[in-house]
Amino acid sequence: MSEQRALSRRRLLASVAALPILAATADGRSISGHLPWSPFAGEPPKPVSPLGWYFFNPGEVAAIEAIVNRLIPADELSPGGKDCGCAVYIDRQLAGPFGQGARLYNKPPFSPGLPTQGYQGDLSPAGRYRLGLRALNDYTHTSYKRGFAQLTPAQQDTVLAGMDGGTVALTLKPGFSTKEFFEMVLQNTMEGFFADPLYGGNRNMASWKMIGFPGARYDYRDHIDKHNVRYPRPPVSIYSAEG
Amino acid sequence: MARLLPKRDAVIIGLGWTGSILAQQLTEAGLNVVAIERGPWRDTATDFNIAYMQDELRYAIRKELFLKPSVEAMTMRNNISQAAMPMRDYGSFLPGDGVGGAGVHWNGKTWRFWSSDFSIRSHLVQRYGAAKLKGLQLQDWGVTWNEIEHSFDQFEYLCGISGKAGNLKGQVQPGGNPFESPRTREYPNPPIKTGYAPTLFADKVRELGYHPFPQPSANLSQAYVNPLGVRMGQCTYCGFCERFACGNYSKASAQTTILPVLMKKPNFELRTECEVLKVNLTPDGKMARSVTYIDAKGVEYEQPGDIVVICAYALMNVRLMLLSQIGTQYDPVTGKGAVGRNYCYQTGSGARMFFEGKHFNPFIGAGSMGQTMDDFNGDAFDHGSLDFLGGGGISCDPSNGRPISYRPTAPGSPRWGAGWKKATIEGYNSSMGFSAQGSSYPVRENFLDLDPTYTDRYGRPLLRITFDFPDNDIRMSHFMSDQLERIAKPFGAKVTTVSRVRKGWNAVPYQSTHNTGGAIMGSDPGTSAVNKYLQSWDVPNVFVVGASAFAHNAGMNPTGTVGALAYWAAEAITSKYIKSPGKLVPA
Repeated sequence: MSEQRALSRRRLLASVAALPILAATADGRSISGHLPWSPFAGEPPKPVSPLGWYFFNPGEVAAIEAIVNRLIPADELSPGGKDCGCAVYIDRQLAGPFGQGARLYNKPPFSPGLPTQGYQGDLSPAGRYRLGLRALNDYTHTSYKRGFAQLTPAQQDTVLAGMDGGTVALTLKPGFSTKEFFEMVLQNTMEGFFADPLYGGNRNMASWKMIGFPGARYDYRDHIDKHNVRYPRPPVSIYSAEG
Repeated sequence: MARLLPKRDAVIIGLGWTGSILAQQLTEAGLNVVAIERGPWRDTATDFNIAYMQDELRYAIRKELFLKPSVEAMTMRNNISQAAMPMRDYGSFLPGDGVGGAGVHWNGKTWRFWSSDFSIRSHLVQRYGAAKLKGLQLQDWGVTWNEIEHSFDQFEYLCGISGKAGNLKGQVQPGGNPFESPRTREYPNPPIKTGYAPTLFADKVRELGYHPFPQPSANLSQAYVNPLGVRMGQCTYCGFCERFACGNYSKASAQTTILPVLMKKPNFELRTECEVLKVNLTPDGKMARSVTYIDAKGVEYEQPGDIVVICAYALMNVRLMLLSQIGTQYDPVTGKGAVGRNYCYQTGSGARMFFEGKHFNPFIGAGSMGQTMDDFNGDAFDHGSLDFLGGGGISCDPSNGRPISYRPTAPGSPRWGAGWKKATIEGYNSSMGFSAQGSSYPVRENFLDLDPTYTDRYGRPLLRITFDFPDNDIRMSHFMSDQLERIAKPFGAKVTTVSRVRKGWNAVPYQSTHNTGGAIMGSDPGTSAVNKYLQSWDVPNVFVVGASAFAHNAGMNPTGTVGALAYWAAEAITSKYIKSPGKLVPA
């Protein structure tokens, strides 16, 4: 009913706009007299395909899989970062709007800022990964004569701890420090581990089962008054009760 | 050349909380109103879908509902000796975007600032003497509690705020906040449930002699029909509240309280994805003629109006005034000029306690599910022997356990590699926090102006924020941290940590989207940009509505007071201005 009214109103506006002697009519998204609604107007998220690589080249794949496996090692509490899909997750993120820095303010001039002013470089997140992983491989070739992926787990931990702790300095760019690169990789790895499985990581909701997060559930009225009692139900994800 | 459109009675810039309230009240008074909104149309069923709203990555981490810096960024620095740099991503605060504005993804904590806030200078001078205020640019707001109380009431009944009155017409009520200013009636709904951690917190601080009470909440305790006839549902404690829109119709927002009525009115039109570039003044600069905006296709329009109401986010209100040359830019060196003056923020600190064997189920939460004590807020306690003014509300209000962001671990725990998982599991399930939300008082050095270097996508200068935590507020906040430490002791936690504010406001980690001031209300055109009715002193057919009008920021979330100011300004327009257009307060 209201849609019909809206349509006729839109037609009316269009016919008015066609008359040159009248003042101009605002174009496009004008809404009046109704709540705009159309079927299937929602935007559900699209689950990523687990196959193939969209951003990383084979050398980068080996490095990032080795990194996520050291940041999240396999143990009795969960599978490792690689088996949880963290590398796939990062690959898909870097191939999309996040990697391009689509939401960021990207206008020059790019000047070095203070620590309180945040990242001021001109590289997008994808560009930072490309540069960072290359610099990491250069570093391990210089120090260990092999790529990061070929190091022993203990050596990999030593390199990562050095990047985290400030004792390993990769050759990056002014305004993009080794510590910043490490923090970015750590943040994205944890995103992959803890995000909804539809983004490629957190396979089988491994992280949610590990910490006891019930995932995409939306109603806890039955438990709000049960103080100090562990919530009993298993997690669900947006698309599946199985993850 | 902009295409000229037919004139409207009123043009509203921005359709968030304040724009929706103004549009509703002005159309109700018979005015023909157009609202121009930069962002998209958004509504519950289509855009806040209950089947996929619980997506932490999409909404909380990638910030889908927030303003993108590529659309409008700001620059920041801590003081005028530094070069301001653009916030290339928003971090410390997250402005809203689109219909409903930040009211879509707020938490729903709905406070009333106190009587002593509106008359802060008079109150403090009377109690402590003028010398106590030295270095602080505290000013009375020009409006008094008795004048504006009914506007708070209007906003609370619109939203269905769930809470417990602490002071009914001067009578202190058991279970409520004894420090609040007198209200004329009870909240429209009883308090929501507060879960395990807040209940524990309330029990402990009550034993210490303090006065905990349930936070007034726009997450509703029960189904409600508001005075406009709009229906809302009961909160389900889903833990996807702030940074998210509500898929349950149980968090008050423009969508859940006003738009179903407003959008059907024949005397209201909304234009979305249209960005206002400036307000155009008459050649003498004394009246606004129209606004210029650009639509999604890049076409420029000029929309004339008899009244222009600026209802964007607080910071954007100030920027639009400066871009339109409404009022005079504030100068921190001379202290002269009103636009950009008294920019304030929030001064927070927190405590976290790690227990063994407790299960807090942190994912069971709501935006305003908590217990607060105001014994150390505002001027509820004697500052006579203290070296600061102000204070903060101390709250235990767990809003979520979303694990990308919420992973508290005991100090010294590894963040990755061997051992981090065990520490994460323990901290996730068996820790609880409480925090102090401290006031932010104005000083001469903190202000807003236009950046000389960086511009937006249309080439207009970005807003520049010059801000650091003033010494007074640091001393206040350290006092609050001391209280947190003291209050935490009887809980008997295994480990307790307490944070302390330091000099050097950092734009990167999230702190608070409570940016206030810059276009403050007051009774002196020399020190305020708008009068007590939020009417520009300089251009009387322009009203500037929002937290931009706060002359200082209290230790409370701002939206309750923002909503009250919106009703207050709307009443001034409909009951005074349209009957006799002109300056409502003689300058």
